[in-house]
Amino acid sequence: MSSNTPTSSSGGAGSADSSAARRNSKRPKYSRFTQQELPACKPILTPRWVISAFMLVSIVFIPIGVASLFASRDVVEIVDRYETECVPTRFRDDKVQYIQSAEDKSCNRTITVPKRMKRPIYVYYQLDNFYQNHRRYVKSRSDKQLRSNESADDVSTCDPEDRTPGQNPIVPCGLIAWSLFNDTYSFSRNNQSLAVNKKGISWKSDREHKFGKDVFPKNFQNGTLRGGASLNENVSLSEQEDLIVWMRTAALPTFRKLYGKIEVDLEANDVIDVALNNYYNTYSFDGKKKLVLSTTSWLGGKNDFMGIAYLTVGGLCFFLAMAFTIVYLIKPRYFSNYKDLTYLTVYDLNE
Amino acid sequence: MAEFSPTVSTKKKLKWSKLYSFSCMRPYGAMVNDDARSVVFGQPGFSRLVFCNEPHVHKAKPYKYAKNYVSTTKYNVVSFLPKALFEQFRRVANLYFLLAAVLSLAPFAPFDPVSLIAPLVFVVGISLVKEGVEDWHRFLQDLKVNSRTVQVHKGGGIFVNKAWKEVCVGDVVKINKDEYFPGDILLLSSSYEDGICYVETMNLDGETNLKLKRCLEATLNLDIDQEISNFKATVRCEDPNPHLYTFVGNLELGNKSFPLCPAQLLLRDSKLRNTDYVYGVVIFTGNDTKAVKNSTMVPSKRSRIERKMDHVIYLLFSMLVLISLLSATGFSLLLRTEMVKWWYLRLEDENNDYNDELLFNPSNGLVSGLLQFMRALILFGYLIPISLYVSIEVVKVLQAMIINKDMEMYDEVSCKSVRARTSNLNEELGQVEMILSDKTGTLTCNQMEFRKCSIAGISYGGDINEVDLEASKRMTIADIQAFQISIDNFDTRSNDVQGFDFSTADVSTQMGVLGGQNGMQNPIHENTEISSACKVASNIKGFNFRDDRIMNKKWIHSSNLFDVTMFFRVMALCHTGIPAEDDKTDKLKYEAESPEEVAFLIAAQEFGFQFFQRTQSTMFLKELDPSSGKAVKREYKLLNLLEFCSSRRRMSVIVSNEDGQIFLLCKGADSIIFDRLADNGRSYQESTTIHLSSYAEDGLRTLAFAYRLLDDSEYESWNKIFTQAKTTIGPEREELLEKASEMIEKDLTLLGVAAIEDKLQKGVPECIDKLAQAGMKIWLLTGDKKETAINIGYACSLLRQDMKQFHLSLSKEGETNNQLKAMKQDILNQLDSFYTVMSKESNQQQSLLALVVDGKALEIALRSDIRDHFLPLAVKCVSVICCRVSPKQKALITRLVKEFTGKTILAIGDGANDVGMIQEADIGVGISGMEGMQAVMASDFSLPQFRFLGRLLIVHGHWCYKRISKMILYFVYKNIAFGLTLFYYELYTSFSGEVLYDDWYMTLFNVILTSLPVISLGVLEQDVSSEVCLQFPALYQQGQRNIHFTWSRIVGWIINGMVSSLVIFLANIHVLSPNSFRKDGTVADLTHLGAMTYTCIIWTVNCQIALIINHFTWIQHLFIWGSIFLWYIFLFVYGALSPAYSDKGGFHLLVESLGPSPMYWTVTLLAVVVSLLPYFIHFVIQRMFFPMDDHVIQEIKHCGKDVDDDRMWQRQQNNSKKTTQIGFSARVEARLLYLKGILLLASKT
Repeated sequence: MSSNTPTSSSGGAGSADSSAARRNSKRPKYSRFTQQELPACKPILTPRWVISAFMLVSIVFIPIGVASLFASRDVVEIVDRYETECVPTRFRDDKVQYIQSAEDKSCNRTITVPKRMKRPIYVYYQLDNFYQNHRRYVKSRSDKQLRSNESADDVSTCDPEDRTPGQNPIVPCGLIAWSLFNDTYSFSRNNQSLAVNKKGISWKSDREHKFGKDVFPKNFQNGTLRGGASLNENVSLSEQEDLIVWMRTAALPTFRKLYGKIEVDLEANDVIDVALNNYYNTYSFDGKKKLVLSTTSWLGGKNDFMGIAYLTVGGLCFFLAMAFTIVYLIKPRYFSNYKDLTYLTVYDLNE
Repeated sequence: MAEFSPTVSTKKKLKWSKLYSFSCMRPYGAMVNDDARSVVFGQPGFSRLVFCNEPHVHKAKPYKYAKNYVSTTKYNVVSFLPKALFEQFRRVANLYFLLAAVLSLAPFAPFDPVSLIAPLVFVVGISLVKEGVEDWHRFLQDLKVNSRTVQVHKGGGIFVNKAWKEVCVGDVVKINKDEYFPGDILLLSSSYEDGICYVETMNLDGETNLKLKRCLEATLNLDIDQEISNFKATVRCEDPNPHLYTFVGNLELGNKSFPLCPAQLLLRDSKLRNTDYVYGVVIFTGNDTKAVKNSTMVPSKRSRIERKMDHVIYLLFSMLVLISLLSATGFSLLLRTEMVKWWYLRLEDENNDYNDELLFNPSNGLVSGLLQFMRALILFGYLIPISLYVSIEVVKVLQAMIINKDMEMYDEVSCKSVRARTSNLNEELGQVEMILSDKTGTLTCNQMEFRKCSIAGISYGGDINEVDLEASKRMTIADIQAFQISIDNFDTRSNDVQGFDFSTADVSTQMGVLGGQNGMQNPIHENTEISSACKVASNIKGFNFRDDRIMNKKWIHSSNLFDVTMFFRVMALCHTGIPAEDDKTDKLKYEAESPEEVAFLIAAQEFGFQFFQRTQSTMFLKELDPSSGKAVKREYKLLNLLEFCSSRRRMSVIVSNEDGQIFLLCKGADSIIFDRLADNGRSYQESTTIHLSSYAEDGLRTLAFAYRLLDDSEYESWNKIFTQAKTTIGPEREELLEKASEMIEKDLTLLGVAAIEDKLQKGVPECIDKLAQAGMKIWLLTGDKKETAINIGYACSLLRQDMKQFHLSLSKEGETNNQLKAMKQDILNQLDSFYTVMSKESNQQQSLLALVVDGKALEIALRSDIRDHFLPLAVKCVSVICCRVSPKQKALITRLVKEFTGKTILAIGDGANDVGMIQEADIGVGISGMEGMQAVMASDFSLPQFRFLGRLLIVHGHWCYKRISKMILYFVYKNIAFGLTLFYYELYTSFSGEVLYDDWYMTLFNVILTSLPVISLGVLEQDVSSEVCLQFPALYQQGQRNIHFTWSRIVGWIINGMVSSLVIFLANIHVLSPNSFRKDGTVADLTHLGAMTYTCIIWTVNCQIALIINHFTWIQHLFIWGSIFLWYIFLFVYGALSPAYSDKGGFHLLVESLGPSPMYWTVTLLAVVVSLLPYFIHFVIQRMFFPMDDHVIQEIKHCGKDVDDDRMWQRQQNNSKKTTQIGFSARVEARLLYLKGILLLASKT
């Protein structure tokens, strides 16, 4: 039956040209991509590579670790926790009541400088257990309003601190601004006061672009409930650096914020008197308050974590490099015996 | 005896019915079953009424039947959207994403709804477009089929061309030779005088021999156009049903009623063959036709990996729910106990009309908790990556494109290349464990070739078969040295390995073939002759034979001239073929029912015995006269024809030559003929038997030829009995005829055997060999005869002489209950005996079992109660061949084997009869080389030729499997690494649901910053190059065992993701808090922490992918390092925008605060190295101490060892083939073993 069936191969004999053209048009075009023949490098982890990689990591990591550990050790940091000490003993049973009362909140602390501190010395306040990153809190601000005067009315995101009972927009609105930290510190050494420079403690971009020069506080802290600090209505927001710093919400419930800079060196064993006003309520939620004086290194503040981590990893990699070298020397597998390939046949087809 | 009528000479006027003695050739003639008589037409099930030649009646109710428009599309314009959308949202993941998108519209949602809705729209959109395009192609295909034309009677005896879709029930149509039938048609008359026609039903049932159909006597005269105009009749018949082999009805013509049977029904999708034209009435159209009723809807298939991925998604979803619950509970508790004390939140404010009122309502902790839970579900939804689905869709489309574009899989002859018709199953290609293959059109070209013959005990045309050739080559390379000493005594040349050349190897292989016997006169002499002979390829279709000893009239010098002549005469006379007119050359073409007969006739013509004319009772040959060397015309009277049928397995003709000598010429299966030889007719039996077995081993189909000279008196007396039997009417007729023929077909003289090759398609044995090495089992399912199937089994090396073969077949048939029970018992007994043999065999080390099942036996064996006996046996066998199976059985086997073994099954076929199997299998492959498109339309992949299957699976399947599994694992890792940081941060925000990252970071993460590297991994990754894949098909077994997507790997990657996220998060919070992170004393806030953590994540996930990629082209480099770079670019640009756009803190972030701070860079380095370290150590240990095959091959390749040390490379390749039990290599291996045995034996003596 097949003898009289025209086949496709013989059918086109008369029209060789057209069939050739058709053939060409249907034939897949050659391209290195579609034929999967792009030049490629196929790195193989040979023992030499493995050992080199581990060695490289340890060579890079150990110096970095040492450097950062030294940097961290160079930093002098004084931490003074004061939230309990600054409550008069008679109020210590009910601190919340004390902080909300009209009692005198001033408090004196003495700090001894353990080591010479080179200027600038940064003054921080540290709050614990304060959830600046709470979603409700983070959202409660109006960046538009902060930026320019025209958007003063833009308080839709600031609930519940958006308008006064008289429906006037609050500038700056929102919970963040409302709860502005209001403890104050002043320092003196040997009865000579140490100036605290409060300029330039915020990000430049914030001052220049995010907080408008023409935006002035309005109706702030005039509501039924008073939160934290009040603001001078005559100073534009771009110059209210405490506010700007505060408005940068911290990522974690324990955070420090820059209070100011002391622009003189402190010598070891200097005794510094701190006169502080303990206004801010952290007692409702058992938050701690700390005053921190710290110098910085190229890596920032005091933090051994980085150095230790780098040293550990570097050391581990060095150990691994050694271990693999020994294994390689004792039992060189590579390319001297091909028994490994018999692996291919361990599969039993008949299982 | 048929009468002689000198007037009829053209084939069209032949009355075939007069020639045949048996009914075997008319399978439907006797099938009119008595039950049909009792059918009452008009009852339900038998209510169809067709008014022939009055199609207008069928234009209106109640006789309006289905239109002939056949649609295979899934959707139409209206139903597309709802239906396709419904399909999409049946996927659990999509449903989840829809839910998330809806939830994101709620006020408490952590992100912009767009960031959730857009990807969902994208994913669903891509899938919809894909569905749409696929359906559109189906529509175009339908259009092509529906607009084929056919000649339809329009009235007054005039026929016009009409498109198929316009054909209507009741139309009288005229179909010409080689045309398909447009519907189910009642045959009225044909170009043959006795109203028969031949149809090819390959598309329906896969059988290659032609079926005979015959019309009713009553309509026989309607054989010219004019007659049709007055034809009026009514057909009452059964309602449309899918049974291909039944049909009951009545034709009411005038006032008489004639019963109709399946012999009168021409089915849609079958083809008219060997008949010039037929007339018929359309009875069933369109969806009512049996062919369409038999087809099933295209099922949507999903790959194994994808199904497993669903489980991974469930796991991730439980993780998601768990952490969401944790954070909701945590929140709820904190809200009531702690948060109320946080005055700065003013939770209990009186005038609290804030959106979050419910969310932060301490007095209603439960509701708040619930809302928080939903919010967390969306927030941590990053664990369940919707982008994974997007990326996988994109990657699969690209993979499919690359498969389509592969030049290695382009067929020059048919100008077609491989088509991945669906891209869902790319990775499934890498996990195939069983291949169910059709035979005709898939493995073979449906073309028979005359290859070899053994005449009078001498084998001709017998070149060395490839197995021996390869074995002898391998002997010279590898094994001779080992046997050097033993051969020393035996062959002096063995000292010189080079000198052990082809011919000596042949001596030993030939000796192996002969098993030490001395059947041939001079093997060396013969070999040289053959090797020169077999170099010239034949260009005559159906004739692939070269042997100078008998070609070109040389046979006249043969010593056994008479036997040779008789051999050719049997070839030229013992058949039912007819010469086709072919005026151009003196070579004729032939038409016959089976392609073998055509091949014999062509061969006879080549040898100088041209059969050129047939009349009712005479056959004319142009014979080469040995004495004169000239062609002379001879006339043979055809006295009787004892036709071929599968139970007799032989056919004979009784002819008388011009001298009046009466010969019985017989051809048939060797065993049948050998049983009927006369004692003095066995002179060649011994040598012929040897040849037979060697032919059979080569997969050739053999037929033995014999003759007998009859006395006039003996013939006369026999003819009386035979004529009487022939004229008997009734059920005993068959039996009488068979008995009569038994009486005369005896005392034969053996002439020889002829071997026919059912020509395999190009490259099939090599491909099967590769597939076998790759660990796949191959089952052959064919509608063809058992013998043919077994031959092909040998030809494809699926069967070997040294295999233990089980034949499962039924001795009897029957339908009644008792018979059924007996049959079941019969099958069970057979199975039991196989099991006993098997248990014995399994004690020996090498037991190769093959199973050959007959369709009818299979039907019983697959019944639910026997199935559990049958399937385990079948699965244990090395190869399984099922013959005479119906399309439905093919599908059934596929499903049962799939369910029973749980393995990935690939079905490959070319015809409509394979559609069921193709749809049922995990992967369906259609061969697009032939004309029928049904198989291709139903398939997932279409190949122009079977041989491309090897590359498709072993190269592309392997790659795609690895790519997709790596990609999914990496995706899981990446999203866990990212998503969990969000959760850890939640622990530090009192579970309030604050997000660590800017919305932009969140959106960009999966869309831009990490998507391209993973796509390049999915498209371009190669563990080893395509050549190596093909050199080591054993590598494919990694996919079958699914070792790259095991639960341990999945969990491993999940843990890796957890570790990375933990390392990154902890490093960042410890570094940043609470101290200043810069020299200028400033402290970090939320934005800084977010950006730093995010930087670490981008670095880590991109470096991680660099660690798992083996194959770096410039694209991967660009994408990976580009992605990291892009993050800084983004940060820079984002920071440079006006603060109005970067409110949340991106403003001047990189330039002002992060960039200048060394802390930022050192923490990045630290976090990246530490988070990658665990994976790296694990990876190094695995590679150094527990390497996998691909690793070792990579190393060898990397060091160029394959070039330096080619022998090692070859040895490794051979090693990987060792476990193979089927295929060419295995045969060579077995042959080698055998030859080594002989050599050893020789060395001992």
